[in-house]
Amino acid sequence: MNPKVRMAIFVVCGCALFAIFAAGLSRLHPVGFAAGPATTYSEFVNSITVPERRITDAVTAVNFDIRGFDTLGEEYIMFASVLGVMLLLRRQPDERDGAPIDKQKGRRIPSPSDAVRILTISLTGPLVVFGVYIVVHGQISPGGGFQGGMILATAPLMIYLSGEFESLRKLAPRWLVEVAEAIGAGGYVVIGAAGLFASTAFLHNLLPPGQPGDVFSGGTVALLNVTVGLEVAGGFIVLLLAFLEETLVRRDPS
Amino acid sequence: MTYLPYYVAAWLFVVGLYGVVTSRHMVHLVICLTVVQSSTYVLLLTIGYRAGAAAPVFVDIPAGTPAVDPVVQALMLTDVVVEVTVTALLLALAVQAHERTGRLDPNDLGILRG
Repeated sequence: MNPKVRMAIFVVCGCALFAIFAAGLSRLHPVGFAAGPATTYSEFVNSITVPERRITDAVTAVNFDIRGFDTLGEEYIMFASVLGVMLLLRRQPDERDGAPIDKQKGRRIPSPSDAVRILTISLTGPLVVFGVYIVVHGQISPGGGFQGGMILATAPLMIYLSGEFESLRKLAPRWLVEVAEAIGAGGYVVIGAAGLFASTAFLHNLLPPGQPGDVFSGGTVALLNVTVGLEVAGGFIVLLLAFLEETLVRRDPS
Repeated sequence: MTYLPYYVAAWLFVVGLYGVVTSRHMVHLVICLTVVQSSTYVLLLTIGYRAGAAAPVFVDIPAGTPAVDPVVQALMLTDVVVEVTVTALLLALAVQAHERTGRLDPNDLGILRG
């Protein structure tokens, strides 16, 4: 399509969209002053989080206890998307192992500077510790499996930035990461099914609730956070390896 | 009494769409899509905000203190996860499109090939 025609259509439609959007939003309550029945569910959640569920972070209580089944769906959205990326970046018939051939001959690939290497290697350990800390403290303070899993997945990225892609492949081989991701994805279902068979409902909170503010509080919430952390960290490392290996294949000229 | 954050959400949505429409590079297009999606973050957090209320984390404040809506915050967490996965999928598509056609400008990809 001609860019000018497209731009003209966008200007008309964009202005109309903004006007309708703004008109709809202006019928909502003023920011910060919600009133009426719409607020009752959130107040209910806030009031039972600590006394009944023994979880001090209400967002984690919603995600993993009160609406735990929805988080199962969320986890599998991630799983399906990682599968999609693997499918798209699978080995093609015209690709072979080996460093890609540079089209411009005689270029030297610069290695990372010493400052980058020292910084990234010294960050790797603290990032792993911090990621595990965020995963296991989800029921106390903001954090949990999704956030901590992302932090854990940045540790291999640091190893890659330091120019040690081969040692990254040895440290985190594809099969190991895929097993971790599968355990994370399946573990959530297993914990949920344990609630179904040992008690009345899927994802029923079986374990003793403990004291609010304690690491072992919230019953199964901590375990669910660990499985989600494994799934997220595993999934993102698989993505990282898939994208990086895409740069390390030799293509037959077509 | 203000409506400003709602209009910020609407503006982010439209300005992200502007980026998508005028994009000349597929990675730029994917980033513009994340701008569109970030308008939902602003909208959700704005809807859940209560004037004078604390964050819904009852570690250092007593249980029962008025707090903002935790449900929309949990929804936003879902939103972030979906955005990241969609971005990864679209970038993988961009890599494949570049491999097959050698181009990254969406305007050059109009012709479908078998």
